[in-house]
Amino acid sequence: MRNVWIIAKRELAAYFGTGLAYVFAVIFVALTGAFAFFVGNFFERGQADLIAFFQYHPWLYLLLVPAVAMRLWAEERKTGTIELLMTLPVTTGEAIVGKFLAAWAFIGFALLLTFPMWLTVNFLGDPDNGVILTSYIGSFLMAGAFLAIGSCISALTKNQVIAFIVAATICFLFVMSGSDLVLNFFRGWAPRIVVEAVSSLSFLTNFDQIIRGVISLSSLFFYLSIIAFFLFANAIIVEQRKAA
Amino acid sequence: MDVLVDADRLRKTFGHIIAVDEISLKVARGEVLGFLGPNGAGKSTTMKMLTGFLEPDGGVARICGVPVTERPKEAKSKIGYLPEGAPAYGDMTAGSFLSFIAEIRGFDGSVKSDRIAEAVTRTGLERVVDQPIETLSKGFKRRVGLAQAILHDPPVLIMDEPTDGLDPNQKHHVRSLISEMAKEKAIIVSTHILEEVEAVCTRAVVIDRGRIVADGTAEDLQRQMPYHNAVALMVDRERAEAVTNALSALANVQSVERLAKENGHIQLRALPKNGAAIASDVAAVLAERSLPVAELYVERGRLDDVFRKITTGEGDRHA
Repeated sequence: MRNVWIIAKRELAAYFGTGLAYVFAVIFVALTGAFAFFVGNFFERGQADLIAFFQYHPWLYLLLVPAVAMRLWAEERKTGTIELLMTLPVTTGEAIVGKFLAAWAFIGFALLLTFPMWLTVNFLGDPDNGVILTSYIGSFLMAGAFLAIGSCISALTKNQVIAFIVAATICFLFVMSGSDLVLNFFRGWAPRIVVEAVSSLSFLTNFDQIIRGVISLSSLFFYLSIIAFFLFANAIIVEQRKAA
Repeated sequence: MDVLVDADRLRKTFGHIIAVDEISLKVARGEVLGFLGPNGAGKSTTMKMLTGFLEPDGGVARICGVPVTERPKEAKSKIGYLPEGAPAYGDMTAGSFLSFIAEIRGFDGSVKSDRIAEAVTRTGLERVVDQPIETLSKGFKRRVGLAQAILHDPPVLIMDEPTDGLDPNQKHHVRSLISEMAKEKAIIVSTHILEEVEAVCTRAVVIDRGRIVADGTAEDLQRQMPYHNAVALMVDRERAEAVTNALSALANVQSVERLAKENGHIQLRALPKNGAAIASDVAAVLAERSLPVAELYVERGRLDDVFRKITTGEGDRHA
């Protein structure tokens, strides 16, 4: 646990030291606001809720989270620091979790900076703050799921651009897996249960339920299990490919 | 003998390529082992297995008796490792990087700052502690890597080409650092600079194509050369004949070769029988017959030639 914290601390310092943190936070806050007001018609809807704000999060994460995740392991491999890190007395698991938690906390920090949206809607009306809180939690968990996928892909390559594109594509498929785009691919040949299973993997469907106030444990659990699965895969990949 | 590093038939393959083919070696406390070999011979791969970065396909590596594969954390805590090229997190300052390493190595509070201060002093980093590593010169980057490796005062120190690309002063500094620490540690240094072996190593292991092809002191390796202890002389052309005859008559001299002509001088080389030391005999006979020579020196058998001879089968001829 101590090692996880030490590694996470180092990573966080790197985010803030290189300016990545500020660029990311500013762009994230600006884009979430812009989407909520101009695309989501926040005012015109006349509703005291933040659905207009939250519903674009999956799409923003699709662009921004793989950008954060791409450097997690690809950079370590490119610069050779992976050899340094993995010959220190830390386990692969500690390194993966430490790096993941730092990136996740930092996305959470950007998410917290959107609090003026919450102030605005409370100033204008009387929203259900419980739903807003769970939406924030849901959004944070979804970001974690994107991040775990990105981290896993990043361990496969030394090239950050490849890591970004592949991770973004896989995240896109997860976002869309409830839609015809993905499901039609399976419908022709796969049994119904497979189609339904794929459909239930949809980030969008799970997230939609959360932001509309239908908070089910299964949706939260869904994101947590995606995170766990991809971090586990991440560990196997790092172990197997660190020398390559 | 206190064996700290024990590699037992280590083996590593990448696809069809056998990178390391059953390498066994032991390094005791107080030894500085020079790990020699051409590029791609398997030096780095062997070191990566010793330090637990790569898992061997066969064999066992033990550090202070701890098997690296089974108890990696414990073994890694006993090793200081400088990977090839001294990788470090470039965006960190040298100080914060060492602080990170110290924390991972389990140091806290005043012990931590003492350790960092000592490593900084020993490697001469005082001036650059607050600079980002990516802005440092190659020499300083290497020193940051060294500081990182010796920070926890490990019993085993493994360094992959620690002086590669450094200027002569920096090389000297690194070598004296190694010699300083040699007494209480087992040290492995990979290099392809042979002078380094003579300068710091108590023992040299040459590997080629994944196998150990020679193991001994630098002196042992040199003894393998035919010209070891040969005496080279530079004489006037007119006296060449007389000198040749005088030397050939000596009991310990096998033969006398005539080499190059230079500015009216002729270079001769007297080869000893069975590598015997013949310099004093040569000097005595020349003095006795009052034959002046312009130059006289003992050939050691250059390590470069030994290296070439062992790893390619060439290098028997030089001059």
